[in-house]
Amino acid sequence: MRIDIDALLPWVGSLVVVLLGSLVFPNFLSLDYLLTQAQIASFLGVLAAGAMVVILLGHIDLSVPWTLGWAAIVSTTLVGTGHPVLEAIAIPAALCTGAIIGVVNGIGVAVFRIPSMVWTLAVNAMLLGTSVLFTGGFNPRGEASPLMRTLASGDSLGLPNALWVWLVLSLALVWLLRRTSFGRYLVAIGLSEKATWLSGVATPRIAFGAFIVAGLCSALGGVLVAGYANQAYQSMGDPYLMPVIAAVVIGGTSILGGRGSYLGTVGGALFITLLTSVLSVMQFGEAWRQIVFGGIIILMLLVQNFRRGVQA
Amino acid sequence: MTLPKPGNPRELLALVCLVGMVALYFGTHPSGPTTYVMTIWANQATILALVAIAQFFAVLVRGLDLSVGAIVALSNVVASHLLSGSAFEIAYGTLAVLVVATICGLVNGLLIVFGRLQPIVATLATSAVFGGIALLLRPTPGGAVDYDYADAMTLDVAGVPTALILMLVIVLGFWLPLRRTGFGLSLYAIGSAGQAAWQSGTPVAGVRIGAFVLAGFFAGLAGLFVSFVTTTGDAGIAPTYTLNSIAAIVLGGVALRGGVGSLFGAIIGAFILKTIAALMFFSGLPPLAQPFVEGLILALAIAIGSVDVLRMRHRLEVFDR
Repeated sequence: MRIDIDALLPWVGSLVVVLLGSLVFPNFLSLDYLLTQAQIASFLGVLAAGAMVVILLGHIDLSVPWTLGWAAIVSTTLVGTGHPVLEAIAIPAALCTGAIIGVVNGIGVAVFRIPSMVWTLAVNAMLLGTSVLFTGGFNPRGEASPLMRTLASGDSLGLPNALWVWLVLSLALVWLLRRTSFGRYLVAIGLSEKATWLSGVATPRIAFGAFIVAGLCSALGGVLVAGYANQAYQSMGDPYLMPVIAAVVIGGTSILGGRGSYLGTVGGALFITLLTSVLSVMQFGEAWRQIVFGGIIILMLLVQNFRRGVQA
Repeated sequence: MTLPKPGNPRELLALVCLVGMVALYFGTHPSGPTTYVMTIWANQATILALVAIAQFFAVLVRGLDLSVGAIVALSNVVASHLLSGSAFEIAYGTLAVLVVATICGLVNGLLIVFGRLQPIVATLATSAVFGGIALLLRPTPGGAVDYDYADAMTLDVAGVPTALILMLVIVLGFWLPLRRTGFGLSLYAIGSAGQAAWQSGTPVAGVRIGAFVLAGFFAGLAGLFVSFVTTTGDAGIAPTYTLNSIAAIVLGGVALRGGVGSLFGAIIGAFILKTIAALMFFSGLPPLAQPFVEGLILALAIAIGSVDVLRMRHRLEVFDR
């Protein structure tokens, strides 16, 4: 298997962050700290997996924050009713919500051909509006089910459960991208939609599929975050949007679509999580985090372009 | 003279809609079309119109600018620090705000043209940076703007809201002359056929950077106007403006694929959106439903811009858009 140099960059970056961090804070190298970081990275990684599928297609999904938010609201509200059947279907219902939002995104992008950046942003605004309508502007009542809490913060075989969830999802996604025609067409559309369509591929169907996968991943992320916090709260997804896109882009996936490796996205999620942790331990505020994230995305994109320019 | 050219029927339609809605609004408003009511309406709409103008310049050259909201927030925050004291200090502060915003636009333009980044991703990243700087300068809403100065800009001159006069000045004094220059023509040339423009000797790089610089400048003007209306600085105002500006230009007949539409259309679109919001306020809609209806109107407005996809003669044309 050929390994992309772009995909290795975030792994090297993660190593550097940990080593530099350990110079100041020795416990950065302890197993406990690293496992905690892996657990937090899993939330980001699950979201980034979905975002990557859409970016490979040559589109982008900006409805991640409120897809996550709605999945959390749906699951915690169902659990909050106290009814055993409703509690059992909490997670499936949340995933269904994500899939439905994916379909709505797909309609705008694949049928009406609205730029995905704009349409998914509008969908996000509508989701925000419906949640205000539903919750009355307060934090929704309800709580996470024991299963959700276990998935998000429990351990099995010495590793955090969230990490296992991420691992299973990753294996499924790698299979989807490498071994199915869906994955092949996805990359083909990212390279040239016109050529793919002329070769007889039903391109709108692939776009729908990609947005549904993204919606499912965002919803799964929402279930995990809600399980971790044991509740849903207003705008709980907002802090995730920039890191998710940053993780995918830093992993070497071309924002124009058609090129990228999943290994890089995993590295990107780890790198972003470790960097956030270092910044917060060093007492940088929210403002600096935003500036650093924006700066890193620009820098990585410039480096990618420069490397490609040199090759060409 | 300010009438749109007959080439864009959608702009004319938008103008007719706006006239109807404004008539409905002032006709049904409890206190009638007084100067006071008009001034409040015009001030709100002018803020959005200025952001829409900023977005218009970016979209015209086939680039969406997702950082306009952040630039508005940054200029608002800078204004809240500088717009007080002596007349000289205020004048210097106003200039400083516009310079900061213009530099933001220049950074966008340079990254997009020389860094060869996709406009939407580049501006998404810079919006995080600009927003972060704004948050650094003012972690919580506050600060002050000179009241006399703010009043002068947001009240009226002989019964006509200052905001409307500002709009008229921008259209007559800036847009119509600009449209006649080589730069103005190049904006449209690049938007409708970038390669053809380049092959016929248009300085594509310079003009694209120029478009983003103008976008930054007008976002800065919008930030200034926000400061005049609210007289405080708030770093958290960015997100609503970005999406609303896109919806406004689409309503005003500007095509998101570039090369179609005018600054006048962007202003009309913004005024339509704000008039809808004002009508909603008096329509007895429950307050909790308003964010949803606003989101729905935005989504519909954006979808309207893509209706012509249903009129395509051949499926292949779709990919060239």
